[in-house]
Amino acid sequence: MNRQFIRDLDHLVGKDNVLSEPEDLLLYEYDGSVEVARPQGIVFPRETAHVVGIVELANRYQVPIVGRGAGTGLSGGALARHGGIIVSFARMNRILELDIENQCAVVQPGVVNSELSAAVAHAGLHFAPDPSSQKACTIGGNVAENSGGPHTLAYGVTANHVLGLQVVLPDGRLVRVGGKTLDSIGYDLCGLLVGSEGTLALVTEITVRLTPVPEMIKTLLAIYDCVDSATETVVEITARGITPAACEMLDGWTLCAVEAWVHAGFPLDSAAVLLIEVDGMREAVEEHASQISEICRHCGAREVRVARNAKERELLWKGRKNAFGAVGRLSSTYYVQDGVIPRTKLPETLREIDRIGKEYGFSIGNIFHAGDGNLHPIILFDARNKEQFERAVSAADAIIRFCVKMGGAITGEHGVGMEKDRLMPLLFSEEDMNLMKCIRDAFNPAGLLNPGKIFPTGKGCGEVRIRPMPLSGTASGERSELSSL
Amino acid sequence: MTSRATFAGTRIAEIIGSENLIEDPQQLIRYAVDGKIPGVAARPRTPREVAELVKFAAAENQAIVPIGARTKLGIGMPPARYDLAVDMARLDRVISYDPGDLTLSVEPGISLCGLGSILEEHNQFLPLEMPFFERATVGGTLASGVDSPLRQAYGTPRDFILGMEFVTGEGALAKSGGRVVKNVSGYDLHKLMLGAIGSLGIITGVNFKTFPMPRGTATFIAFFSSIESTAQFNLLVRKSAVRWQSIEILTPEAISLVNVAFSSVLQQSESAGRFSMILRAAGNEAALARAETDLHVLMARNVHESGGNLLRLENNQERRLCAAIREFPSWINTGAAAATLKIACLPSKLVSVFSETTKLAKQHSLEVAHLFRGCGVCYCVLFAKPDGFSNLVACCKELLSAVDLNSSASVPWCPPEAKHELNIWGAPREESSLMQRVKRAFDPQNILAPGRYVGGL
Repeated sequence: MNRQFIRDLDHLVGKDNVLSEPEDLLLYEYDGSVEVARPQGIVFPRETAHVVGIVELANRYQVPIVGRGAGTGLSGGALARHGGIIVSFARMNRILELDIENQCAVVQPGVVNSELSAAVAHAGLHFAPDPSSQKACTIGGNVAENSGGPHTLAYGVTANHVLGLQVVLPDGRLVRVGGKTLDSIGYDLCGLLVGSEGTLALVTEITVRLTPVPEMIKTLLAIYDCVDSATETVVEITARGITPAACEMLDGWTLCAVEAWVHAGFPLDSAAVLLIEVDGMREAVEEHASQISEICRHCGAREVRVARNAKERELLWKGRKNAFGAVGRLSSTYYVQDGVIPRTKLPETLREIDRIGKEYGFSIGNIFHAGDGNLHPIILFDARNKEQFERAVSAADAIIRFCVKMGGAITGEHGVGMEKDRLMPLLFSEEDMNLMKCIRDAFNPAGLLNPGKIFPTGKGCGEVRIRPMPLSGTASGERSELSSL
Repeated sequence: MTSRATFAGTRIAEIIGSENLIEDPQQLIRYAVDGKIPGVAARPRTPREVAELVKFAAAENQAIVPIGARTKLGIGMPPARYDLAVDMARLDRVISYDPGDLTLSVEPGISLCGLGSILEEHNQFLPLEMPFFERATVGGTLASGVDSPLRQAYGTPRDFILGMEFVTGEGALAKSGGRVVKNVSGYDLHKLMLGAIGSLGIITGVNFKTFPMPRGTATFIAFFSSIESTAQFNLLVRKSAVRWQSIEILTPEAISLVNVAFSSVLQQSESAGRFSMILRAAGNEAALARAETDLHVLMARNVHESGGNLLRLENNQERRLCAAIREFPSWINTGAAAATLKIACLPSKLVSVFSETTKLAKQHSLEVAHLFRGCGVCYCVLFAKPDGFSNLVACCKELLSAVDLNSSASVPWCPPEAKHELNIWGAPREESSLMQRVKRAFDPQNILAPGRYVGGL
């Protein structure tokens, strides 16, 4: 990297906000995925003007730039695949405006997801998107990836909660799209930018919708001796016209891993559990909870427990949201997949995942958003064993191919990033992708913004896929903060 | 007929069959957009045929306007050029419907009403309670960007469309999104199609997330003596535990309009001269009863109002009133010189939007009526006296320029002649150059609805 470029960055944002030493760069060469790519510098803007300046410098020196939130992403979206600098929004983390009356807020991209909900709890509001990494991940990252979370089932994904954005375009221009008011005039650029994985613009301000906190929440744990019974329950709940706030499944393998760490009271001898939440008005919640209990039993649940208080509910959710941390205790390297299928295909898809596991010689755990058919198979592997890693990737690919065959998609909430670019042709034709590339080029003509993402590059898998052994102190439990499911 | 039109006709007939080609000037009148009549109209049956038509048009530099049921063609500026009408009525099939997955995939020519019946069989629905419901097509509804009272609970189509197939200005048949309820694969290009009045592509297929029909609904009407107390009440109910399906506010003038258009649907002694808020709740009987109780409690707490009254409508009246509100734009007698502005309006600014629009209307000697959606949309209808056309145009212009750029306003309905002097989309916006780039990516030759959209796109 051009030293003068780094000096110019130092001058722009101050030396304290630029990292370029090799040991610093190491920390930014990975995210929550199995991908690795080392940047040549990291810069921490503190205000929008810094971002504009950084983009102008990057243009002058023709250096790629990659936006990054907390680095909890699971598809390599925040990695500098083609080198260049990472623009970390960690220090642009202020809540700029809380408009309680109009139920919206304006935040900087580095605000941590759960901190926004905490800031408006006093007014009976919350920010609905709740990725499992919500204690660490940033709203800017949520916007880039159009993140989901367990409560997506009833509340929708990030895109449903973003009203407006202020962005810096790759040519350094500052533009606002959407805003606090609804239905802005012109093309829905805000809708396009949310989920564009940092390839179209750098987001510097986000206007989000805030949602009233439901007056009542009930959380049920249905316990099954057979995976099929659990998946059939999910199909049946939908068929009866009930939309729970969340409907998560953990299989027996994952339960054992979670229970050993979280002690949430999950049964160790079961084949699967469903964690189902209903919320809303008291009158509706009581009725739905009893209907769901009845459906669970009808479909073969051996037991249905209802969390008696907030503490019990939080413990159940702690087990769910920290599941990947728990898995990290078993293996420091694991591969979390993210596929989607129509929910009626759950039973046969889980059977197929089991079969694929046997074929490739892995035991594959499943913990996922069952209610919307969003699967997260977990494959443990040993990073020191290249053959094993490549086999894990092949098994994961086989699962995704099956999802697409079932009428599903290659990613439900983690994004394409550099992990799945080669799988895009499974869903999209040349014509589809050409149009998407035209749109990318319309925003990002020089290709300096997050290059090498979303679209197939022609390179096969395995280019830089082996993750180095973790540096000391980065294993096990801390991964829970890094995984963003 | 010009030789150019004859050549076009021959080639188009090859693509779709001569029986689906319309060249008769008398018949072509029905495809008029703001008085402009195309040279030919084509009625394709498949997405592939649509793509072939557009490829041909691109090669010959023929300008296209996609057409649905012709109920909302007045939305937009007049086309700068208009050679070919592509009538999508024959693409009216259900491609797939999986009630168990809550997903539905349809062609754009299917009517909202027809779609509703299909879903009803499985006790499901789509929150597309949109105007011209009986005739309007799915494609036209999405492309025109009209909204629904149900957006209070379900959002706008961008929130429940899973994917789309469309033909670009180069004749490429492309798609984005998919058919599953959660999906972040690739760019959400379909969101750009919504409200773009066909300027980026012609929609040939839409994938929806469907919703289970609520167990029951109840509609309440509350009467207030001032806009202040109505607005205050709106803020209160938005915070309540009830997840309202819709919250609509009608000014006394709007009530008069709806009573004329829908034979006294709201003719009640309580409504005379008062502001009405119409709220719909959904759920089981206990939840509906609770909604009613909560409303009474909130009414009592509303500091601006003493002794306001609240009614729960009986089924028949609920149905009629909801249909009337759904059909809002048709309340305005097309014979009158009238214009409807749509103004984005924060719930906390409802009173000032009401006052400013009313004040300006008075200054221009216009009558005014308002319909507000509680979530933050204002429809403001201006009526001119017989010789007041120029006042109407002047008032629209002033209102459009008075709106803060961070907010938004447009004139979706006005007499076509008004568009000689009035840009219905308002002043250019700071992101307009980005929109131009998007337009060029989809339609590099500018043949799709040229000149009809924002900023002359």
